[in-house]
Amino acid sequence: MGFWHQLVAPGFFQSGQVQAALVIGSVVAVSSAVAGIFVVIRGQAFLGHALGDIGATGAAAAALAGLQALWGFLAAGLVGGLAVDVSSRRARERDVATGVVLSAMLGLSALFLYLISQASGGAGVTQQILFGSIFAVDPALTDPIVGFSLLSVALVALLFRPLLWSSVHLEAARARGIPVGLVSLGFLVAVIVTVEEAALVVGALLSTALLVGPAATAIRFTGRVGRAMLLAVGLGLLDVWLGVLLSYDSYTWPPAGRGWPVSFFIVAVMIVTHGVSHVRPHRRLRAGRAVSEPLG
Amino acid sequence: MSGIWNAVFPPGLFTNPLLIHLWIAATVIAVVAGTVGVFVNLRGDAFVAHAVPRGAFAGAAAASLVGANTVLGLGVFAVVMAGAIGMRRQRRANPVDVALILVLALGLGDLFLTLSQAYAPLVFSLLFGQLLGVSATDVWLIGALGVVVLVAVGVVYRPLLLASTAPELAAARGVPIVALNLAFTVLVALAATLTVPVVGALLAFSLMVGPAAAGWYLARTPGRVLGLSVAVAIAVVWIAIVLGYDTNLPIGFLVSALCLAAYVTARAWRWASRKGRSRAGAGAAGSEPLAVG
Repeated sequence: MGFWHQLVAPGFFQSGQVQAALVIGSVVAVSSAVAGIFVVIRGQAFLGHALGDIGATGAAAAALAGLQALWGFLAAGLVGGLAVDVSSRRARERDVATGVVLSAMLGLSALFLYLISQASGGAGVTQQILFGSIFAVDPALTDPIVGFSLLSVALVALLFRPLLWSSVHLEAARARGIPVGLVSLGFLVAVIVTVEEAALVVGALLSTALLVGPAATAIRFTGRVGRAMLLAVGLGLLDVWLGVLLSYDSYTWPPAGRGWPVSFFIVAVMIVTHGVSHVRPHRRLRAGRAVSEPLG
Repeated sequence: MSGIWNAVFPPGLFTNPLLIHLWIAATVIAVVAGTVGVFVNLRGDAFVAHAVPRGAFAGAAAASLVGANTVLGLGVFAVVMAGAIGMRRQRRANPVDVALILVLALGLGDLFLTLSQAYAPLVFSLLFGQLLGVSATDVWLIGALGVVVLVAVGVVYRPLLLASTAPELAAARGVPIVALNLAFTVLVALAATLTVPVVGALLAFSLMVGPAAAGWYLARTPGRVLGLSVAVAIAVVWIAIVLGYDTNLPIGFLVSALCLAAYVTARAWRWASRKGRSRAGAGAAGSEPLAVG
């Protein structure tokens, strides 16, 4: 009993803040892991990360205009994601196009945050937008977040077979008559919705972590994409729950008075599980969905 | 006439010692970032160029926690991150590795910031750049480090070019690919360390991506791309300093906006010259100097 109280500080499950954080964190972890598997297979980690930062520009603009941050995130994500898609018709242009769009949006973000700080004199907004805090989520956001997560998961489920073909074997997908361009555009929308809602509630940092980390770890354990997806969901939930628990416990840790940030713990748990996956020899995706290069 | 001149170039812009430091440092930074950027573009390593300065921000936060020099903390963190990325990759940086190393660094940065309760304006200036943050010592440091980076690029120029464009051929010729990859990511880290104090951690990569991308759209040979990239980068930082001094806007915003303008102009130029060529039937696309802004 003493050990249990050491591990789970009293009041953990009674705290309303913790309950809200666990619910929101779980929802975000699930949809991020589902989209993340394909982000990792398709080598789109840079775009997935960039969308989080791009959304933050929208949030800053929304704060300046007095609008809801959620719409700022989504609008900027759609604009930025489509700009990258349009300006990188050829594959070798994608990386640089992502970089240029990201740099332009971060520049605007710098401008908006400067204007906000001129108006209010505070830089707290900066750390809030960049790092976020799962403990400071507005309860009114729970419903839209759940809705957008369902939308993203449903989109990936709907596109699953054609997306798998066009991700691991582009020529075969074309030969089968799969509309490759349309499928990747649909997937891009699913990634945008997931990353932007995650960036809103847990910050741009954790949105990248939850998108890439669990998926990259899961793919090292199994060659089947469906199983990897389930495993990634499990790992994402583990990261969030352990992270929130440790962060709650850390209120009594030195230097006393302030807890350690939850994003640090979630990332730490994620990196440790990913490190464990490197102990095992790495499996490749199975035949029929074989890829020649090791993933993750 | 002189009224407009004085509004754009206020007295003191070229005589104030602090601003002279800035002009020198910014020019060195532009040459280094424009040079390293040619390879960042060629290799498709924009994510590395973004992640290293952004994550190295955690090093500055750690330095402020223990009371050390923030630029020193930044440099140490940047080189460690670059080492981790360079060690793990075979041919090209695996974006998943870069993402994981970046989120680890950012998580640590969040922790250090929370524990140290860093002074908010310091955080803001590290993220978005600071126009007058360059002391005389910094100028010497930036100059020396800039020379080191440029000499290193000169030494590895030819093998790095081959390893970046035709890795199989390079390997067959006995070029040490893995060592070159590591050397390249460390060069990115050093360039980032120079750039962050002036342009800021979020936008240091703009100078490594935009000017060189414009160069690759306008010229064909690596030497010409390099020349164009450096010229565009210098033009970007000079115009950004003048505009930043006039308007007080964050220098990171001005640099990224000018880089975007250069990139869009170069793509439009390339597109227009292609159209013209296909209509005229023949004729070489020129690589005239680029109008920025």
